[in-house]
Amino acid sequence: MHIQDYWLILAFFVLVLVPAPFLGRYIFRVMEGHKTLLSPVLLPIERFCYRLAGVDSQAEQDWKGYSTALLMFTLACLIGLFAILMLQGRLGLNPEHIAGMDWPLALNTAVSFVTNTNWQAYSGEASLSYFSQMLGLGVQNFVSPAVGLAVLVVFCRGIARRSSNSIGNFWVDMTRGVLYVLLPFCLLLALFLVWQGVPQSFMAYVHAKTLLGADQSIPLGPAASQIAIKQLGTNGGGFFGVNSAHPFENPTAWSNLVEMASIILIPAALLFTFGHYVKDLRQSRALLASMLILFVAGFAVTLYAELQPNPALAALPIEQSGAFEGKESRLGIAASALWAVATTAASNGSVNAMHDSFSALGGMIPMLNMMLGEVIFGGVGAGLYGMLLFVLITVFLAGLMIGRTPEYLGKKLEAREVRLLVMTLLVMPVGVLVFGALGVSLPGPAMSISNPGAHGFSQVLYAYTSGTANNGSAFAGFGANTPYHDVMIALAMLLGRFGFILPILAIAGSLAAKKSAPQDGNSFPTHGPLFVTLLTMVILLVGGLTFLPALALGPIAEHLTLLQGF
Amino acid sequence: MNAPILTQDPQPKTAAQAKTGASTLWQAALGKAFTKLDPRQLQRAPVMLVVELTAIVTTVLCFMPNPAVSTGLAVQIALWLWFTLLFANFAEALAEGRGKARADSLKAGSQGLKARRQTQPGVYESVAASELRRGDIVRVEAGEQIPGDGEVIEGIAAVNEAAITGESAPVIRESGGDRSAVTGNTNLVSDWLLVKITANPGESTLDRMIALVEGARRQKTPNEIALDMLLIGLTLVFLVVVATLQPFARYAGGDLPLVYLVALLVTLIPTTIGGLLSAIGIAGMDRLVRLNVIAKSGRAVEAAGDVHVLLLDKTGTITFGNRRCSALIAAPGIAEQDLTEAALLSSLGDDTAEGKSIVEYIRNLGPVQAPERSAVKVIAFSAETRLSGADHGSQRYRKGAVDAVLDYLKMNRSDMPAALARTVDKIAQSGGTPLLVASDARLLGAIHLKDVVKPGIRERFAELRAMGIRTVMVTGDNPLTAAAIAAEAGVDDVIAEATPEKKLQRIRSEQAEGKMVAMCGDGANDAPALAQADVGLAMNDGTQAAREAANLVDLDSDPTKLLDVVQVGKELLVTRGALTTFSVANDVAKYFAILPALFIGVYPQLGVLNLMQLHSPQSAILSAIVFNALIIVALIPLALRGVRVQATDAASLLRRNLLIYGLGGLLAPFVGIKLIDMLLVAVGLV
Repeated sequence: MHIQDYWLILAFFVLVLVPAPFLGRYIFRVMEGHKTLLSPVLLPIERFCYRLAGVDSQAEQDWKGYSTALLMFTLACLIGLFAILMLQGRLGLNPEHIAGMDWPLALNTAVSFVTNTNWQAYSGEASLSYFSQMLGLGVQNFVSPAVGLAVLVVFCRGIARRSSNSIGNFWVDMTRGVLYVLLPFCLLLALFLVWQGVPQSFMAYVHAKTLLGADQSIPLGPAASQIAIKQLGTNGGGFFGVNSAHPFENPTAWSNLVEMASIILIPAALLFTFGHYVKDLRQSRALLASMLILFVAGFAVTLYAELQPNPALAALPIEQSGAFEGKESRLGIAASALWAVATTAASNGSVNAMHDSFSALGGMIPMLNMMLGEVIFGGVGAGLYGMLLFVLITVFLAGLMIGRTPEYLGKKLEAREVRLLVMTLLVMPVGVLVFGALGVSLPGPAMSISNPGAHGFSQVLYAYTSGTANNGSAFAGFGANTPYHDVMIALAMLLGRFGFILPILAIAGSLAAKKSAPQDGNSFPTHGPLFVTLLTMVILLVGGLTFLPALALGPIAEHLTLLQGF
Repeated sequence: MNAPILTQDPQPKTAAQAKTGASTLWQAALGKAFTKLDPRQLQRAPVMLVVELTAIVTTVLCFMPNPAVSTGLAVQIALWLWFTLLFANFAEALAEGRGKARADSLKAGSQGLKARRQTQPGVYESVAASELRRGDIVRVEAGEQIPGDGEVIEGIAAVNEAAITGESAPVIRESGGDRSAVTGNTNLVSDWLLVKITANPGESTLDRMIALVEGARRQKTPNEIALDMLLIGLTLVFLVVVATLQPFARYAGGDLPLVYLVALLVTLIPTTIGGLLSAIGIAGMDRLVRLNVIAKSGRAVEAAGDVHVLLLDKTGTITFGNRRCSALIAAPGIAEQDLTEAALLSSLGDDTAEGKSIVEYIRNLGPVQAPERSAVKVIAFSAETRLSGADHGSQRYRKGAVDAVLDYLKMNRSDMPAALARTVDKIAQSGGTPLLVASDARLLGAIHLKDVVKPGIRERFAELRAMGIRTVMVTGDNPLTAAAIAAEAGVDDVIAEATPEKKLQRIRSEQAEGKMVAMCGDGANDAPALAQADVGLAMNDGTQAAREAANLVDLDSDPTKLLDVVQVGKELLVTRGALTTFSVANDVAKYFAILPALFIGVYPQLGVLNLMQLHSPQSAILSAIVFNALIIVALIPLALRGVRVQATDAASLLRRNLLIYGLGGLLAPFVGIKLIDMLLVAVGLV
């Protein structure tokens, strides 16, 4: 570790944690229609949008109406994006004359971007026109985090409201999320990235001759705008194939730091948005504490693992300073490890190093982060609503131990809520384990695995974990673009997205309709060190125990094999 | 005619039974553990149904030899899976047995009971009591048993309710008023009654009592249903985990014996809480039945754990219900001794509770030199004069209400000595009742009568407050008097000059704030409030209307029971939560026992996960299964007794229970499995 690595780590936490409370309050005010700094500029645009779409911004929906609107919207996005990707050859803004995608890849990609996963079974510079990038993926990069934000806000309202049938208006929440939260910050970040050297251009690729006389095609494109929302919206889909390891996506140490911080920025801020909704910022701090514990612990393990020399090479006369395979030497080990942990903790999925090449344990943490359901900060909205599900499970498990019907912030958890909770509990095991088991058992799909033994198993496990958790990062060696994996991972992504969203909207509807019991010494304390410890344990027990056997056969076995020298 | 509030032992009968019948109870439970293996019964406990399926599969596998697993080991695993089931069934049967023993003995009395049903006024036919339906009118005469729950519509009679309440002193039941409800299977001691039956067959108090403690018929409570849901969810999750292990292992070039996978599944799914859940519920209801409280549904008992506010009637709950002498204050210039003597003599003729309390008070002060009883001419208390007294020789002692004594002395209020007048005023202001004592024409002093707060009640309220439960005293007294008693009893709030409407309104406003309210009552006009409250406890000697509106009935008619009901409700929930946490926390150690054993053939390196250094893969798997079965047995006493709930705030309660059941649940199996492993190896079973 170099001194600048320590500075980088410190700067990262400062950049995330200092603005979070302010941004969180701003998002709360935006989503509840209060006046904010940007209102004078954006309010007329917001009203114009409603007029254009014929939306009555005052009319609220119940959870069923909200869900229907959300599903219809997603379906429309899915069909639209699928069509763009199939037809991109004829849609213009295509200087490289890239042809349309095959249907399995188009389907996989459409689902991937609509569900905020950004799993990429293709390479951007080779497979996508500028039209697809901007009007296809770029649009989804904005609306898919907005959907996550909307669902979270509904969950917050569910807890905060009393005896209410309505939980908000989907169209209003979407408009505000995009207009006030995502667009302004992306504009700033994109400008910063352009300054740092990220291209923002419609020019065709530059063709050059290298010093050795080889032909080289240097891809360009409207990258800066895409990368800004890719990071801020926890999307992660790279403009170029190697994502943020590419010098055009991530040219400098500054761009690396700021891109990394912007992965976590909005998810961290949303903790405070939640606190404002329930009028108790202690709750925000407790959840933040639990997330930080898991984040820092994961980062420590990955960093330590990556700094170790490879034991298999220990006998050889080589000087090793850590696991450098698959990492950008200009970024270094610490920055790669921090990015890997941040991007898998949040459901971002962008990479600045190849996770496939990480040491066994170093690569296990990103996988575990995703297996826990992307609740350590997590995706925009999605991370916190996933975390709140764990909170509800914790409250239900331990709440009985104070001799009362389990209650979270005054709302009783009864059979209906628990049934819905249990449905969400099944999503990750089914998506990861069942789909993964199919992937390794069927002879055709198993061909995609490029490594033998435990690491090969990790590849499949990682792919389906990433899909179900809506993360999008990959163990690079895995040959994901086969019709089988395209379709199955698309299914996993849909399961991972709507397997959470629909039960959560139902829970929110059910909670909103309940009365709220007063909070006093009689009620279950959901702040303070005791609860933070308990919550963290439950996340590890309920989320982690499920995957221990699979991890044992993957990274753990790989690690132990490596230690024992085969 | 109020039934005595303090019954000696709530259930001398069961206590006796417990001594003689402990072994029979065990034997019966052992037998029932086997009959409960019927899958139709087990489907009420889905987790255990899964265990039964795996037990069947394992048993079948014993006959299909697998070179990787010795038949001896497979048989042992199968056996322990069956034991797991039997232990869980035994727990439920034991819990049932305790409650049912009492219910059965009551039910025996109603066998073959006949009733005289009225067909038209004055005309009766004889029918079996079991055929009576709601609305039927029956006539019961002295020496007969009342055939069912009902309301007296005509007549007045003494009823012995010992069969239900354990209280042998007969109580009066009459039509109209607040004492009109009768309970089935109680005996008419005198006179006759015309009773309108209010319960259909299967709905009577007795039936309810039995239904609460019978596993197969018992209605699950809301929290239990929710917990069930979570347990099913965890079971499904682990089912997915275990089912996908085989393809994963095959990919790695290994093959896992099915018996081992089954063992892993059973140890991971929450069998501990799944197996004890029913027993916990039944035992909780049984504790309530032992308190002589009948719950119409388990829901009310759970709700009792949740209450934020208790509305308590002052009379009978907080105070003894009648005024008692608390001090004697002599008028200026009068010796204490003279006043005491006069007060004693003049109270001998007062048979009211107040009068008796004066005598008792003075006797407690020390030996009093009372003149020979024969030398005294006692003048009994009469409601007309509102005086009592005694003539001893020429001395005429009188005692009574202030106005009555002044009238007797033909004095005006202004004629009273100033100091005495002040004393009298002070007593009245403090919420007490002043009496005057006179001897001939002289005023000797005043007696301070006051509502006496029950001993220990203040501490009880403090405990409730620590648990976050507020107490509100409800009384018909004026605000001044009410405030004085409230301060003494330590309640949080008071509703003075209470009317049923006021009560109802208070309940509604508390509920509007999201609070849960409990109350008790007996009168017909309490019925709406009892129905509105989340927990309504009706007194058995009250009206039928109250008994129907409430969701709990106290057979002893002791309003203080409400506090016990809260306790039982909390214990029920805590026990469930504690064992759930324990059960889930256990999984960590079980993983570390079974995973290395399971994967030894695939990746021998995973042997480092064998933290407990278990002897062999076979012993590891068997130890985990044995631990999993034995822990159920070990926790049966806790499940039946319930986890004690300390009177403390939620945070400390949580911390304590988490340390015991969370951390304990994490660590205990590491120790337990290791010990069992050593034992199995020592005995040579593996």
